[in-house]
Amino acid sequence: MGREGEVITELLPEFERLHPGVRVVAQQIPWSAAHEKLLTAFAGDATPDVCQLGNTWIPEFAALKALEPLDQRIAGSSVVDPKDYFGGIWETNSVNGVLQGVPWYVDTRLLFYRRDLLAGAGFAAPPRSWDEWWRALAAVKETVGPDRFAILLPLNEFEPLVALALQQDEPLLRDDGRWGNFRSKGFRRTLRFYVDIFRHGFAPPLTNADISNVWNEFGRGYYSFYVSGPWNIGEFKRRLPPDRQDAWMTAPLPGPTGPGASIAGGSSLVLFRASRNKEAAWQLIEYLSQPAIQQRFHALTGDLPPRRSAWAGGSLADDVYARAFREQLERVKPAPKVPEWERIANEIRTVTERLVHGDLGVDEAAAELDVRADRILEKRRWLLSRGGVD
Amino acid sequence: MSRRAAAWWFVGPALVVIAVFFILPLLAAFALSLTDFDIYALADLSNLRFVGVRNYLQLLETPLFWHALGNTLYFVVVGVPLSIAMSLGTALLLHSRLARCKGLFRTALFAPVVTTLVAVAVIWRYLFNTRYGFLNYVLSQVGIDPVDWLGDPHWAMPAIIIFAVWKNFGYNMIILLAGLQSIPEELYEAARMDGASYLHRFLHVTLPMLSPLLVMVSILTVAGYFQMFAEPYVMTQGGPLQSTVSVLYFMYEEGFKWWSLGSASAVAFVLFLFVFCVTAVPMRIARRGLPG
Amino acid sequence: MNRRLAAWIVNGLLLGLAGVTLFPLLWMVAASLMPAGESGTYPPPLVPGHPTLDNYRELFAHAGMGRYLANSVLLATAATILSLLFNVAAGYAFAKLRFTGRDRLFKGLVGALVVPSQVAMVPLFLLLKQMGLVNSYGGVIVPGMASIFGIFLVRQYALSIPNELLEAARIDGASELRIFRSIVVPLLKPIIVTLGVFTLLGTWNDFMWPLIVLTDRELYTLPVALAGLAREHVQDNELMMAGSVVTTLPVLLVFIALQRYYIEGLTVGSVKG
Repeated sequence: MGREGEVITELLPEFERLHPGVRVVAQQIPWSAAHEKLLTAFAGDATPDVCQLGNTWIPEFAALKALEPLDQRIAGSSVVDPKDYFGGIWETNSVNGVLQGVPWYVDTRLLFYRRDLLAGAGFAAPPRSWDEWWRALAAVKETVGPDRFAILLPLNEFEPLVALALQQDEPLLRDDGRWGNFRSKGFRRTLRFYVDIFRHGFAPPLTNADISNVWNEFGRGYYSFYVSGPWNIGEFKRRLPPDRQDAWMTAPLPGPTGPGASIAGGSSLVLFRASRNKEAAWQLIEYLSQPAIQQRFHALTGDLPPRRSAWAGGSLADDVYARAFREQLERVKPAPKVPEWERIANEIRTVTERLVHGDLGVDEAAAELDVRADRILEKRRWLLSRGGVD
Repeated sequence: MSRRAAAWWFVGPALVVIAVFFILPLLAAFALSLTDFDIYALADLSNLRFVGVRNYLQLLETPLFWHALGNTLYFVVVGVPLSIAMSLGTALLLHSRLARCKGLFRTALFAPVVTTLVAVAVIWRYLFNTRYGFLNYVLSQVGIDPVDWLGDPHWAMPAIIIFAVWKNFGYNMIILLAGLQSIPEELYEAARMDGASYLHRFLHVTLPMLSPLLVMVSILTVAGYFQMFAEPYVMTQGGPLQSTVSVLYFMYEEGFKWWSLGSASAVAFVLFLFVFCVTAVPMRIARRGLPG
Repeated sequence: MNRRLAAWIVNGLLLGLAGVTLFPLLWMVAASLMPAGESGTYPPPLVPGHPTLDNYRELFAHAGMGRYLANSVLLATAATILSLLFNVAAGYAFAKLRFTGRDRLFKGLVGALVVPSQVAMVPLFLLLKQMGLVNSYGGVIVPGMASIFGIFLVRQYALSIPNELLEAARIDGASELRIFRSIVVPLLKPIIVTLGVFTLLGTWNDFMWPLIVLTDRELYTLPVALAGLAREHVQDNELMMAGSVVTTLPVLLVFIALQRYYIEGLTVGSVKG
C-alpha cells in the first residue's frame, strides 16, 4: 500500500536474481481501500501469498484464520531474530501467543514542528508535557494571527487522538476487549484536551482532503505543529524549499506529565494460509527482513526499520529527524488487539468529528463511543463466552 | 419439436439466469437479514447465529441509519422535482416549433446521461473545489463568496443534487419529448382558435395530456434517486460529517467494509420496502390513466 | 409575443443550456491536455496554455490504463453478446410463443423490475464465491446475462411481428429455430441494436458491482480503476481528467453513432409501454 507499494518494485529484481525460478508480482492498493479490499479478497478466496498488513489489522485476520502461523519458520530462520526487534512492535504480531507476522517497518506518531516559529513565540525547546504544549500552542497562535494556526489535526485521522489516549493509564477497552472503556477519566481527559485545541482556534477543523497540499502549507507556516509519522521525514525533505530545511524538526510526543507514549504502528509482512507458494513467500519475507535490505528500504521510503541493528548504520544513523523516533519507539503501546479495532477506530473518528464540530459535549461523546464500541464487541463477547475467539 | 417445448428452450436460459442470479439471492437476502452473518461467520459457519428481527431493531437504534435515510429523502425530495422541472423545461424548448438544430441540441443535452458516473463525478469534484473550482469562480464574478461545496455539511448534499440533476435530466427529457410529440395537434389548434395564450395552452392542454406520463416518469425517477451510491462514494466518501451518506452507501459500508452481511441485508430490505411503497403502489394507479 | 423575439429566446435558452450541459465535458478534455498543476490555478483556466499529451502517456505507461481499457472493452462486448442471445430469444418467446403460465410469468417479471438490484448484491456475492467466480471476469458478466428490462424491451417490439408470417412458415414445415433465425431476427434488428447499445453502455458504465466483485487490479474495469485513482491522486487533477476522457470517450462515440436506436429504445420502453 501507499509509498511502500510504489517502492517494492525496486527491491524485487535483486530478490528474483538471488532466487532464480521465483517471480514476484506486486500489486498496489491505496491505503484508503486496503482494509476492505483485503477482506473482500479473503471472502472471495483471492488472497495474495505475501502481504503488507497494518499491525492493527493482524488480530482481525488472525481471528479469521487467514494467516499462516510463523513460529516454526522464525525459530528456524537465521535472518529473523526476535531479540533484535523493538519489544512493543514485536508484541503487536503475537496474537494469543502465536506469531502471525514479521514486522516490516514501524510507524508511530510524534511532533513535527517549525522550530523557527516556535522560537519566535518564545520557546527555544519543544514541549515535553501537555501543559508546556498548551502554552506553546497558545503562544504560537498569538504570534501567527487569525489566518493561520498553531497545529494541524486532520479530522479524518484518528491516530493522533488514539496516540494521546494511549498515554493515559486506563486502557481503551476493558475486560480483555469485551467492553469499551471510553468513559474512563483518562480518555475523557484526552478528549477534552483534544477538543479544546479546536475550541481555542489553535487547529483548523479540516480534513486531509481540505488542505490542498499538506507540505506546502507547513512550509508556509499555515500550521506549526503536526502530529505525523516517519514517512513525512522524507516528504518534508523532498518538498520543502532548501531555505526551509533548517526550520523544522521532530520531537517525541508530550504526555500528560512528561514525555509520553505513542501508538505502536507500522506494518508487518504476513503469509496467507491459502497461499500455494509458502516456501518462496517465506524467502521473500526473510529477504526483506535483512538489516541491509531494511536500510535500503528506509532510504527509499523513509519508513523506519523495526530492528535495532538496522538503525546502527546507513543513512538512518545520521538522520537528525529520526532521532526523536528512536527515542519514541522505546515508549510505544499497541492499540487494543481485537479484530474489531478497525471499526471502533472508525467510530472514534466520526464521533470526534462531531465533537469538534460542536454537536456533542465531551461526556456525551465518551458515552456515545462506549455505546458504539459495546455494540461492535457484542459478537466477541458471545464468542468468548462460548469458549474462544479462534 | 412441439411448439410448446421450443418455447421453453427459448425462454429457459434467460429464466434460469434470472432465477439463480436474481430471485434466489433476493430470497436469500431476506434470510440473511435474519442472521448475524459477519466476518467470523465467513471464516467459520458455526459462528453464525439466527437472530430474528434483531438486525432490523438495531437499525432503528443506529443513528447513522436514520441519518442515511434522511439524507436519501433530502436527495429525493429536492432532486426529483428539480430534475423533472429541468427535463420538462428542456423538452418544451425542444418541442417548440421555433427551435432550430433540434437534433444537435438534443444530443448535447442528453450527453451527460451516457457518460460514466465515476468519470464525471471526478470532474465535478474539481468544479466544486473551494479555491480553484469553476463554480466558485463564476459565483465570485457576481459577488458571491466562495462556497465550500464539498467540505461544508450544509452544502455537500446540494452539490451532489446539482451534479445528479445535470447527469440525468436528459433521460426524462427524451421521454417527455416523445410524450409531447404524441399530443394531437388538433387540441392546440382548437385552443389557439379560442384565443388561448401560450400559458393557457400549456396549463389546459399540455399538462393534462402529459400528466400520466409525467407521473410515471416521476415515480421511476424517485425510485432511481433512492439508489444514490456512486456520487457520495466518489465525491465525498459519505462526508463531511456523514451528511452525504445514503442508504445504499450505508449498506455498502456495512456489508463490504465491515462485513456485517446480516445487517447489510436488513438495510437492503428496508430500502426495497421504501422503493416498493413509493413506486409499485402509485404505479398501479397511474397505469390506469395511460393510453393503450 | 413577437415571433422573432420568441424564437431568439427559445434558441438562446437552448444554446445556453446546451453550453452549461456540455461545459464540464469540454473542460474535462481541456484539463486533460494541461501540464500538471496548471488546472489548479486561479482564475481557473479554460484552455491549456501549452497542450501536452503527458497525462495520457503517464496513464498508459505507469497507471496501467491500457489494461483497464482492455478489460472494459472485453467485458462490455461479452456482456452485450450474451445479453442479446438470452434476452432476444426470451423476449420473442414471451411475445409470440405460447406456453403455460406465459402471461402470469411475464407480469411477475415486470413486477420484479421495481426491486433495486442492490438488494440482492450481498447474497449474490456469497453465491458467486461458492461458484468460484469472485474476482473474475465471469463474476462480473454472469449475473447480468439475462435482464428483465431486456426481455421487456424485446417483447414490446416483437409483439408487432405479424402472426400470419409465422404461421405461414410453420405450415411450410419450418422448425421454430429456423423461423427464429430466418424471419424473426431480421425483423427484430432495430430492437437488437437498441438492446445492444443499452447493454454495451450499461456494462461499460457499471460501477458498484465490479467494485464489489473484483479485487485483483489486473481485472479492474475503467470506472473501478478511475475511482481508485481518484482516491489516491487527489492532487493530480489533470491526470484524473485524462482518465475520465479515456473512460467516457468510447461510450460517447458509440452513443453519437447509434443515438437513433438508443433514443427510440427509451421511448418504446416508456411511452408505449
